[in-house]
Amino acid sequence: MSADGQVGIVLVSHSGPVAEAVAELARGLAAGGATAPVAAAGGTPAGGLGTSAELIARAAREVDGGAGVAVLVDLGSAVLTVKAMLAEGDELPDGARLVDAPFVEGAVAAVVTASAGGDLDAVAAAASEAYDYRKV
Amino acid sequence: MLDADFFHRWMTATAALVDREAAHLTELDSAIGDADHGSNLQRGFAAVSAALEKEPPQTPGAVLMLAGRQLISTVGGASGPLYGTLLRRTGKALGDGAAVTPGELAQALGAGVAAVAQLGGAQAGDKTMLDALLPAAEALGTSFDAGREAARAGAVATVPLQARKGRASYLGERSIGHQDPGAASSALLIEALAETAASDGGDA
Repeated sequence: MSADGQVGIVLVSHSGPVAEAVAELARGLAAGGATAPVAAAGGTPAGGLGTSAELIARAAREVDGGAGVAVLVDLGSAVLTVKAMLAEGDELPDGARLVDAPFVEGAVAAVVTASAGGDLDAVAAAASEAYDYRKV
Repeated sequence: MLDADFFHRWMTATAALVDREAAHLTELDSAIGDADHGSNLQRGFAAVSAALEKEPPQTPGAVLMLAGRQLISTVGGASGPLYGTLLRRTGKALGDGAAVTPGELAQALGAGVAAVAQLGGAQAGDKTMLDALLPAAEALGTSFDAGREAARAGAVATVPLQARKGRASYLGERSIGHQDPGAASSALLIEALAETAASDGGDA
């Protein structure tokens, strides 16, 4: 269980190293105080490429402090697996939400916002707003 | 009437067919996907068989719900949540009766297919599993054999299509000329259903 009051963040990628690295990047950029709980759920339990419902459920439980859990995903099966788990009803903690956001930029925005004490709506909005930042 | 044992045998028959065709499915997936469809489904349906064996559910709906849950948690690729949703929603639509008619199954499968379309945001002609499942669910209202033929024809009809969903859609026009692996495996699911019905000694 995490510190009270902070939204937890779960990062779901097809790749274990990608999920871990994005989590580390987001924590690093949010630093300056205690950061919100972030857990990576990348790849399969055996370390291959893919999506694992088991790892996602475990990560969500790990970061759930009762203030909600924002789940960010990369592609294909990561998106579909989280949607199917939410439809299932009892696979993810109450207050878990799939956030529509670019994976890396959204993760940074989500962790910064959650670390600053933002609620789940604020975290989701910050992550989604990352779509509006044009690079060219 | 189709009871829990029938649905159990359908899932076991699907596992056997997927096992037999795994290399072929992966070959199709290596052309336009990431070359894991056969092994992913093989792992998923093996888990389905094992779970059903361990604690055989008592109703048709419960068999499909358990099977769907196993697929979501063990497959590891997009076919897991898609097939998982198909079976769970079909099972849910069947309710908790001890047996169902073939007509009720056809209708419930239609609800399952609609849930898959919603989850993946795909429609007919996008070169996905729906291209086999949509015609199959409709034809099953007539007979199991008609369902099998419709699924097979639907899968073959994905060859000239350009993929608009999933990993293959990144290939654009290069996806044309290859059969969609998801449509091919969906045809196996329906074929296993027809086989199971035939082994019962008659069609609907």
